[in-house]
Amino acid sequence: MEAAASLPQWRANLATIAALMARAKNELLRVPGAAIPGVLAPTIFFLGINGVFGALTQLRGFDTGAYESFVVPVSMLQGAGFTGAAAGVNLARDMEQGWVDRLLVSPAPRWVLLAGTVLAASARALIPATFVLAIALLLGASWPGVAGLLIAYVMVAAIAAVAACWGSALALRFKSQSAAPLMQAGMMAAIFTTTAYAPLALLQPWMRSVAEVNPVTQVMDAARQGFLGAVTWAETWPAILVLLALVAVLGAWALREMRRTAA
Amino acid sequence: MSTNLRVIRALGMRSIRQTFRRPQLMAPILVFPTLLLAVQTGGAGGAVDLPGFPPVQGFLQFMLAGAMMQSLMLAGNSGGIAFAVDIEMGFTDRLFAAPVPRYTIVLGRLAGVAALGFLSAVWFFAIGLAFGAEVHSGVAGVLIAVFLVTATATAVGGIGAAVALRTGSASVVQGLFPLVLVVLFLSSAFFPIDLMIQPARAIAEYNPFSFIVEGVRTPIIAEVDATDLLEALLAIAGIVVLGLVLSARALRHRLRTG
Repeated sequence: MEAAASLPQWRANLATIAALMARAKNELLRVPGAAIPGVLAPTIFFLGINGVFGALTQLRGFDTGAYESFVVPVSMLQGAGFTGAAAGVNLARDMEQGWVDRLLVSPAPRWVLLAGTVLAASARALIPATFVLAIALLLGASWPGVAGLLIAYVMVAAIAAVAACWGSALALRFKSQSAAPLMQAGMMAAIFTTTAYAPLALLQPWMRSVAEVNPVTQVMDAARQGFLGAVTWAETWPAILVLLALVAVLGAWALREMRRTAA
Repeated sequence: MSTNLRVIRALGMRSIRQTFRRPQLMAPILVFPTLLLAVQTGGAGGAVDLPGFPPVQGFLQFMLAGAMMQSLMLAGNSGGIAFAVDIEMGFTDRLFAAPVPRYTIVLGRLAGVAALGFLSAVWFFAIGLAFGAEVHSGVAGVLIAVFLVTATATAVGGIGAAVALRTGSASVVQGLFPLVLVVLFLSSAFFPIDLMIQPARAIAEYNPFSFIVEGVRTPIIAEVDATDLLEALLAIAGIVVLGLVLSARALRHRLRTG
């Protein structure tokens, strides 16, 4: 931080973000067991949903015969959602322990502090996503192609960023790890009230109505496209737009809560 | 005897209050299973049209037993976590030093878990009825299902208590959470066994929790079936025995090693 003080502002900001990301990485390296639940939960969900609901592909109108290909992006995004929400839980823990207070009296801009948390979550989300993807490919999921894979990973990183903004805003609002269920349940609801289990046409009417207005449905469809067929720009750009909007709105909320906390 | 019952009741009440005061303990019991019930019913509800799916009024009716199972297993896990926190904080050591039989300390915790199991059964019946699901065998079916869910919660709580006593670590008991998911997915909690994909199907056929799920589900979707009920009771008895043996051994170990 001291070295950062003598740098131009933008480089100092980057150095602060890098330091916060390095702290998150150190947490991962020093307590490797802490990452296990985040990796295990989406993997178990993938294996479970695939084994239990695999017969859904026999329904008329299901556009693929391979349920593992259909469901792998769900588990990748679920892992990202959990990882992002966990960033909020960690922030709440840091608040309880007084570490955030010390950050807030530093000369770093508020958005830089938030960016460190959010970008660390985005990077960390690639671990469960890669693990689930490897298991899925071993079980026979379709190879999504380079473009499909790239898009799926971008969606994973961006959903983790959305979840981290959501979790951070709640952590800053409630200042307690007791808010953890709200962080996780919010992301779970956002990811599963989409075309997670079946195509839109096969969802129950109420779920179809929710999925149609749920912006995460666009993200799910974009992440899934490479696993089910060709990658198209028409299926990709709505997801990018949705993710930018979600990060902007939830990021602004988190920043507002951070300013309130500091005040 | 009445003193022991008072101790069990007091510790049971404490356990329930502890759960309600901490959202981290309450959410897995009611919030997550309710959310999963909603998304699975809405997302996979078309499954009732699959050939071989048992005749049901709707997927919600079929799924109620699965949601109750998930909730009671997480109640048992949450009970184990709270027990381990008590051990970590030294509260259990103070109870050990008190002039009460040691088994009442474990039974008090299990009484709390049983109450949460009962609450979970009532909660999911209320949700099911509110959203139009019918209980085919009527009040008798509700009573049987509530009894089975409460008994299973107590049995699962015994295993959670045993792990808590053995390890004395809340994070180890919390680490059982993924195992709960595995056991659930590898049972008939969420789908008929005949429609599951191998190897999940083969494992589910022998999973004792499948027998309990069927015991809870049958009175909801059909008439009460004596065979299903007996199999569920036997499965619960097996888990109770396992929990008792593990708890007794873990208690002895803790008292010996401190």
